[in-house]
Amino acid sequence: MHDNYNMQINTSGNLAALENVTFSYAPQDRNILEGLSMSFPKGKLTAVMGGSGCGKTTVLRLLGGQVKANTGKVLFEEEDVGQLDNQGLIRIRRKMGMLFQFGALFTDMSVFENVAFPLREHTPLDESSITDLVMLKLNAVGLRNARDLMPSQISGGMARRVAFARAVALDPPLIMYDEPFAGLDPIALGVTARLIKEMNNALGATSILVTHDVPETFEIADYVYFIANGKIAAEGTPSDLMQSNDLFVRQFIDAQPDGPVPFHYPGKSLKEDFGLSRTKHD
Amino acid sequence: MIDRMVDQITRLGAFVRFSISGIGHACLMFLSVLGRSVGLFKRFRLVSDQVFFLGNYSFVIIAVSGLFVGFVLGLQGYYTLNRYGSEQALGLLVALSLTRELGPVVTALLFAGRAGTSLTAEIGLMKAGEQLSAMEMMAVDPIARVIAPRFWAGVIAMPILAAIFSAVGIIGGYLVGVPLIGVDSGAFWSQMQGGVDVLKDVGNGVIKSMVFGVAVTFIALYQGYESKPTPEGVSLATTRTVVISSLAVLALDFLLTAVMFST
Repeated sequence: MHDNYNMQINTSGNLAALENVTFSYAPQDRNILEGLSMSFPKGKLTAVMGGSGCGKTTVLRLLGGQVKANTGKVLFEEEDVGQLDNQGLIRIRRKMGMLFQFGALFTDMSVFENVAFPLREHTPLDESSITDLVMLKLNAVGLRNARDLMPSQISGGMARRVAFARAVALDPPLIMYDEPFAGLDPIALGVTARLIKEMNNALGATSILVTHDVPETFEIADYVYFIANGKIAAEGTPSDLMQSNDLFVRQFIDAQPDGPVPFHYPGKSLKEDFGLSRTKHD
Repeated sequence: MIDRMVDQITRLGAFVRFSISGIGHACLMFLSVLGRSVGLFKRFRLVSDQVFFLGNYSFVIIAVSGLFVGFVLGLQGYYTLNRYGSEQALGLLVALSLTRELGPVVTALLFAGRAGTSLTAEIGLMKAGEQLSAMEMMAVDPIARVIAPRFWAGVIAMPILAAIFSAVGIIGGYLVGVPLIGVDSGAFWSQMQGGVDVLKDVGNGVIKSMVFGVAVTFIALYQGYESKPTPEGVSLATTRTVVISSLAVLALDFLLTAVMFST
């Protein structure tokens, strides 16, 4: 199943990739990523899935240059992100949009000003052009009439949509989504999933979706990577993975409490804790 | 026994290393704030908005405190001066105490408690809410866009607030000294006019309050920027802001007074 995807990568090219990346937040800490390799082909929506704390968000932070890999390469447009200086990072980040888990809207700015922020910082556009662009983006996420509200006055789902409009304000070639479905009601969840897919198609952007919501992701993703213990546990198209017999994939997709990812935190067994492991002869 | 001693020495070493690296880190951030302030001249609106914001935050508490400190200075000053028959010098005593010492110091302490804690909490919550990360990912430097404007706003706001404190304090001293106690109004103002040196007294007071502005605002911003992005982390950082900046103000005040008024 991977051959087909790799063929697509070779014909269309990767916008970003991880090559044999190992990462830990501090030298004495355990490795969060362990020799991880991934490809993010141009124009495709690739999902990175896995349990909480498995290193999914770290992949996005590596691509954005917010953290550096201990070993291996993090490539964006064939440049090693880890080798870039501050100016280089600013240059590549202008080509990226990122939607944070809870929106990360600037709380002291209105909805309008939040979306206008990247335009004001990075373009010489006059006020009327900025207004037009912001209104177009807000219209695309259905929040044109919420432009004057403050982030504290809108719901979590709406905040996510404003953040979405802000992330795509400069029409970046790479859009990264960090847990975009977390904490949303079913309506907001459906709206967000549809927006991600539509934006990917309309802008021809490359999208990386970090999430653990199976149904929504399988509905919209072109390819899925599962991460466990810092490595790729499984990968493939959503339809391939749905039919997979891999124990980890099945546990994740079917939401089983126990399996390769154990229910109990590793340590002593129940018998040992209750002193039942001794035989009668003892 | 030896193990315990080794353990104690190791802990002491770790503490010293941690403290020195903390100071080094703060110095690097201070230089980084200064280095990224150049662009602010083109976008002075970012600073002026913050001056307005910080000034508004602290105005009421500064003005009310100034008034009461002036009242107390009037009463205590009269009590002491009256012993030597010098109550005519009450205006001079009130003005010198406020412009040289109480104005800059008390304003800085109040500013640390009011605006400093609010700056720390604001930056800490921005960090906890990933707003600073979001800014970084939008290729906007948070130090240049968020920290530097607030820093300069604090440096500008502090002397203005200290001037308000001293002015209101003098009015307080006047109200107690002249209408209430009966000191001669002409003597009150003329002694003040004759005895206060603009450069040596008022000017040094302004320099003091600018130095306190640098110290308090930077400590508040640094604590917020380096806070752990959790509710406990932000609350600890806010407490540290008050403690460290209050101690820094008092220590700096001693040093500055020794240098400025020793001759």
